Amino acid sequence: MTPTVGTSPGSTIIYLENVTVEFDGFKALRDLNFFMDYRELRVVIGPNGAGKTTLLDVISGKVQPTAGRVIFGKSTDLVGRRENEIAALGIGRKFQTPSIFANLTVRENLELSRFRPSKGVFATFQSELGAPEQREIAETLETIGLADKAEQRAGGLSHGEKQWLEIGMVIVQQSELLLVDEPVAGMTDEETERTAALLRAVAQDRSVLVIEHDMEFVRSIARTVTVLHEGSVLCEGPVDQVQKDERVMEVYLGRSREAAHA
Amino acid sequence: MPTRERALLLGFAALIAVVLPALNALPAGSPLRIADFTLNLFGKFLAYAILALGIDLIWGYTGVLSLGHGVFFGLGAYAMGMHLMLEIGTKSVYGNVLPDFMVWNRVAELPLFWKPFYSVAFTLVAVLVVPAVVAFVFGYLTFRSRIRGVYFSIITQALALCAWLMFNRNTMNLGGTNGLSGFKTIFGFTLNDARTQRGLYVATALTLCLAYLLCRWITRSPVGKVLVAIRDSENRVLFSGYSPAAFKVFVFVVSAVLAGVAGALYVPQVGIITPAKIGVLPSIEMIIWVAVGGRGTLLGPIVGAFGVNWLQSILTTSYPDLWLLVLGGMFVGVVLFFPDGVVGTILKLIARFASAPQPGARAADVAAADQPTKTSEPVGIKAR
Repeated sequence: MTPTVGTSPGSTIIYLENVTVEFDGFKALRDLNFFMDYRELRVVIGPNGAGKTTLLDVISGKVQPTAGRVIFGKSTDLVGRRENEIAALGIGRKFQTPSIFANLTVRENLELSRFRPSKGVFATFQSELGAPEQREIAETLETIGLADKAEQRAGGLSHGEKQWLEIGMVIVQQSELLLVDEPVAGMTDEETERTAALLRAVAQDRSVLVIEHDMEFVRSIARTVTVLHEGSVLCEGPVDQVQKDERVMEVYLGRSREAAHA
Repeated sequence: MPTRERALLLGFAALIAVVLPALNALPAGSPLRIADFTLNLFGKFLAYAILALGIDLIWGYTGVLSLGHGVFFGLGAYAMGMHLMLEIGTKSVYGNVLPDFMVWNRVAELPLFWKPFYSVAFTLVAVLVVPAVVAFVFGYLTFRSRIRGVYFSIITQALALCAWLMFNRNTMNLGGTNGLSGFKTIFGFTLNDARTQRGLYVATALTLCLAYLLCRWITRSPVGKVLVAIRDSENRVLFSGYSPAAFKVFVFVVSAVLAGVAGALYVPQVGIITPAKIGVLPSIEMIIWVAVGGRGTLLGPIVGAFGVNWLQSILTTSYPDLWLLVLGGMFVGVVLFFPDGVVGTILKLIARFASAPQPGARAADVAAADQPTKTSEPVGIKAR
């Protein structure tokens, strides 16, 4: 199930229409409308509880919307599909805390994640990698800076390296759309810079949707920023413009003022 | 296969499948002769080892703890037992074509589901297929509903209890509490003959070798990597485009078939199968064999099944009261101090010894040895 959608820039890769997600009466997303273009690098920000992670959950199939449509590419409706189906369609997800296979080597982590026409049990038995695939994995190892640690057990990597490995795993999945949840949380400044460069490189030939708190990091990678607040889009635009927006300042600063008084 | 590993494996296979039965075939009185009783005991242990390999596949490699493997062992054992019961024919105590317990229970006619077991071919297929089908249906329903971890373990334990209750009922026409016994022949060969028992022993040893090769193939294939990946991070597997449920159903079925084969080999060598072998307690004992031997290695479950049962047979003859304390103590000891089991711990020690700088070693070797290697990391997993 390879993505059959066109890749001309300017067309929409993901489109959420009036999506509502309700947990026991609490609306994590309310009537959300959101879309992204091919080859776009978008950052979603917003205060805690704004629905950022729920947005990724809905796209990747972890949470089913109570109402609304989620369209991938031209016309693929994602609602009702399982996570592994959505992954096979070409949507990769990187989690906030590194989730890698600790007891496999770095290379095996990538080999396993790599795109395969079928990831069924019996197809997997015969899925030895050929030379082009090996080359692709070697390239990805270079991109994520782990080429010299390819044969090491992934559980022994540092926190930052695990995050890069997971990004690499999502890259070799050949996803059209990458969902990345708070990639630099807990990273050193140097690691943060490398991650920014990595995401910029990754975004050259695919769409990337990043959730992040760190405003400096957001400025360093973002072209367009979407601000979520209480489950809907508050505003959207270039970073500088968004930061000057009064509503955004109120949502962020208003909260911090309350917190200061508390 | 690396030559050293191949030599070791071939040596081990030759020892259990050729040397031991050959020593048993020596004329009585030879100093090296292995007694019929001992060989028969070993045959039983080797059958247990086949089952332990299957448990290791799902628990050690995939991280899914099944407390219901006694059921699959029982299904294979009862399938074989039913055929052996029918082979008795009119040589039974009551001289009826019906098995004795049916005469006793005033069953007038052989129940329909017994009839196909007259056929050897049907029986051999049933030994494989019945556990596979039960495991498939049970696994499909639980894994697809994403029942994981301790919840899965509890449900499998409930399965073991249900099966035990069912097999105990006389109305099931499977011999009730007394199970199936009194077998006379297997495929026409007299069971009470040392040569038949030796043949059964060899068949069990060869089956163990095949089971080992099967498990080795699975664990080294890309599928084996997915199994370990499920153990490490099931969510990542799911979001990488694999269905963890499908892989878990697959490994559960393979593991159930191995348990069924073990049961079928056990029955003619021990001569009886009762519900007491398929309930909650035996299912937990099987887990202890694997834990003691070492999860996540293929040698571990074989060593564990053989070692623990041998110890049991020694201790229960000399100190019968002590055995349960020793068994419990072993399990606690393994959980607290040796989570990798006997084989895992030894492998770790060898790895540490091998990676320690040797006096007089070249500088490059020392530098290489100083780097953290993957073998120095724990391979075992904590119970979930």
